[in-house]
Amino acid sequence: MISGYWSGVLGMLAINIVVAYSVFVPAAAGLLNLGSAGFVLLGAYMAGAMTSLFGLPLAAALLLGSLTAGAVAFLISFPILRTRGIYMVLATFAFAEVVAGVLLNIPALGGAAGLSVMAYAGLPVLIPSAVAVVVAVAWLMRTRFGLSVRALHDDESVAGLFGVHLRLTQVMAFTVGGAIGGLGGGLLVHQFNFIDVQSTGALFSIYVLLYVLMGGTQTVWGPLFGATFFTLVPEAFRKLAEISPALKFLEAGRYMIFGIAVVLLMMLRPQGVITRTLVERLSGPAKPASSGRGSA
Amino acid sequence: MLGGVLAFVAVAFTLTIGMLNFLNFTIPALFMLAGMVTWALSVSGPHFLGFGWHWAWAAVAGIVVAVLASLLIERFTYRYMKPRFGDATEHALPLVSSLGFLIVFEHLAMALWGGDPQRFELPYKSTNWYVGELIFGVPHLISLGLAVSLVAVLSGILKRTRLGRALRAIAENPNTSTLMGVEVQQIVPLVFVIAGLLSALAGILYAASYGTVTPFMGDSIATDAIAAMVLGGLGNIWGAIAGGLLVGLVKVLAISAFGAEIEKIPVWGLLLLILVVRPAGLFGHTPIGKEKF
Repeated sequence: MISGYWSGVLGMLAINIVVAYSVFVPAAAGLLNLGSAGFVLLGAYMAGAMTSLFGLPLAAALLLGSLTAGAVAFLISFPILRTRGIYMVLATFAFAEVVAGVLLNIPALGGAAGLSVMAYAGLPVLIPSAVAVVVAVAWLMRTRFGLSVRALHDDESVAGLFGVHLRLTQVMAFTVGGAIGGLGGGLLVHQFNFIDVQSTGALFSIYVLLYVLMGGTQTVWGPLFGATFFTLVPEAFRKLAEISPALKFLEAGRYMIFGIAVVLLMMLRPQGVITRTLVERLSGPAKPASSGRGSA
Repeated sequence: MLGGVLAFVAVAFTLTIGMLNFLNFTIPALFMLAGMVTWALSVSGPHFLGFGWHWAWAAVAGIVVAVLASLLIERFTYRYMKPRFGDATEHALPLVSSLGFLIVFEHLAMALWGGDPQRFELPYKSTNWYVGELIFGVPHLISLGLAVSLVAVLSGILKRTRLGRALRAIAENPNTSTLMGVEVQQIVPLVFVIAGLLSALAGILYAASYGTVTPFMGDSIATDAIAAMVLGGLGNIWGAIAGGLLVGLVKVLAISAFGAEIEKIPVWGLLLLILVVRPAGLFGHTPIGKEKF
């Protein structure tokens, strides 16, 4: 049996991984989403309301939360995809603020006081969900859709010339991202038994986007690395600060170190830590060898 | 009446985005830094940097610190903006590192002065003018007047001078302007100096009118200023002033009509609508940076 502390850390890690993939799927298609908090809130409030107000089982509530966020992402993707670049970053940001504003004004959902739920997810739900999301996205990126997404990420016009249906791919990427975000929200609310608009705001979206971009958007493993590294390392710093008073500065300074890491990484390795070449090099000699044998 | 301070911050945002196509998320950090340094220098006591200076000197020091910080940010964000591997998320690099700087500065301020709101009294804080039911705080009026005159000077510089022409050329296309003999690497830091100056002034005026400073005082004002910038049109400095006043007005009206909790919906709903329907903003004519994406 693992201690309360470790199950808390692992739970946070699982949620961060799920939410990171919700930003990754559109980002892999070149769409930057600075409004992940919007989809997370939608999924969280939907799933939370289902278990607490209507007494649905947790699995059904999580599914419904995810479907709601996915449906909203699908609908909102058409106006949002009219914008590009900086404008899209701003539009997704504005979308999250509108979602927060609307949820804040539904008294049945607790308003500014937030929504408390009784049902508890815990690690037996969180870890399989996170694994399922990673496996599903990894599979998705190996399909034809994944290939289109990769082409779009690298060069939109050339992808279009080669017959990739741009709009369809973008809408799909955005919708899948929204649905995963909704799942993350459902997990979040049932892990902490509470959700409110304040704690899942602009800063939440910013951190998630940073995890993903620092991990790298070229491969499926980027967000996994980003979310894991930047969840566990600050925790490790906090633990170190508890061990020795000489390391006390690590506790207050861990966010500063995170910020400096962001700046340095964008200077030195702007494509993120995990890149396609890195993955190819790590899984390297096996492939050429097998193809060589085939031709011989 | 938040409009004046908001207009300042919105002009700082719109200037960096208009000239450099860069959504500069360090502006709230500069705003906070100026406010907090001014507070820290003007109070005497056990705080870090508690010197008990006259508030005017403290304010000058606050502005200098913010401008220097802005130059540091230029060194580490915009200079590394050059396209290198050419994929679709690349335009976000300076944006992402400015988010990194935002986190660094906010937590630096928290480490130095703690996270609690600090009381900060200026001699003119409680000076209000009453016109019927309306209350005009003097710092608000000062900030609005200052914002309008600064923007008048700025647009004069942009229109008339050699420097202004160079800046407009960079806004059009940095590579072509280099070929045309514009010293891009020397002029770009100037944009950061102006943005730092504007955010610092706004931060001090904000601190003066509300009487408190916190390490996170820039966050909510910056989101409103982004809304104001989009309403006015990205890159349009007069539009940013109008947008700042409009956002202030919409918020106040919405709060008085429907209560405090509704304020997000009208501002951000309007913003989303404008981004989708009319990305050039209410007053803009050409969306900036279109060919750069």
